[in-house]
Amino acid sequence: MTKPISIAAKTRQIVKKHGNAKGAVIAVLQDLQEAFNYLPKEALKTAAKAMDVPMSRIYEAATFYTAFSLEPRGKHVVKICKGTACHVRGAAILQDRFETTLGIKPGGTTKDGLFSLETVNCVGACALGPVVVINTEYHGQVTISKVDKIIKKINKEEGAQ
Amino acid sequence: MVNMIIDGKNVTARKDTMLLEAIRGAGISVPTLCAHESVSRSGACRLCVVEIKKGNRTRIVTSCLYGVEEGLIVNTKSERVLNVRRLVMELLLARCPESDVLQKMAEDMGIEAQTRYAVDTDKGKCILCRSCVRVCEEVVGVSAIGLFSRGSYKEVGTPYHEPSDACIGCGACVYVCPTGHIEMTSTGETRKIWGRTFKMQACTKCGKYFAPVDQLKFISKKTGTSIDELAVCTECR
Repeated sequence: MTKPISIAAKTRQIVKKHGNAKGAVIAVLQDLQEAFNYLPKEALKTAAKAMDVPMSRIYEAATFYTAFSLEPRGKHVVKICKGTACHVRGAAILQDRFETTLGIKPGGTTKDGLFSLETVNCVGACALGPVVVINTEYHGQVTISKVDKIIKKINKEEGAQ
Repeated sequence: MVNMIIDGKNVTARKDTMLLEAIRGAGISVPTLCAHESVSRSGACRLCVVEIKKGNRTRIVTSCLYGVEEGLIVNTKSERVLNVRRLVMELLLARCPESDVLQKMAEDMGIEAQTRYAVDTDKGKCILCRSCVRVCEEVVGVSAIGLFSRGSYKEVGTPYHEPSDACIGCGACVYVCPTGHIEMTSTGETRKIWGRTFKMQACTKCGKYFAPVDQLKFISKKTGTSIDELAVCTECR
């Protein structure tokens, strides 16, 4: 069994890959987010030191982009599109369904760490509206029964493991 | 040298300077908040707007960021300018209702707070001009503070709202802030800023507290001057 690598060590590895130019901050943050599923404080502090970029600059970038999360996120990130097209086709109803079924509000994560709920403004697939994106998988023309199916399917997959 | 007409007056200005300097040099006043001599320009407050005419076209520009140009016709008090400036001021007032600086400025400009804007109660006196962040980075060189989040949640502070290790307690941000948003309190032997309490250095000659110990340490490290030399206040040196 390989020893789990510490947050600081992993962060230094990522920084090394991108170099310590100021312009590499966002690339490093993206990789950190991918590695840890969110941006741990320790990782940001280590990155700031390793890149010789002030912590305030890194924290600015991390809080500016909605793609970055400072809180641990669930294994499955549910993004409900609330763009105009999806909105008129009932995105609000889907959001309501997700909220009541999972018991979380947008920005929240379920206690078991399986689901995070987010709303996004447009995913560029308006013809498929209403759209729900789970991790990198796009679900089009989602209905309430489809929402139930999706949640059930993921729960089943996770439960089987 | 560059020749321009500002409010009907012939004005010459040095090349590579900004319109704001040329206008003020001609004795015409322009309200500004974020233009400060010690930090780079950002055009954040947008109060310095003027109307410029090049050829047949006129447009509104921020004079603090617009370089002087030969033959430019500038109007600092046209109706269009005053309209833009009034709107900017009304929005600033709605954001920072308790700012005495803004209130005084608005009064001088004959502008009243408008009821049609929802008034913010959680923004303090900060207009997000970034002057404090700039001075901390450009002049002090520690970058302890920044503007975090975005949109209506954007706010100034230290990362994670925690007392910053990078801050040296110099108070440059307080000095440069146009609206007095940043709080710094002092008891003599300590100074509190951005949630952190700094120990002050007493002058080894007169005994007066004059600067945070951390700031002197920072200067000593940067310039190579010994800390004992720096522990004498500027009046006793």
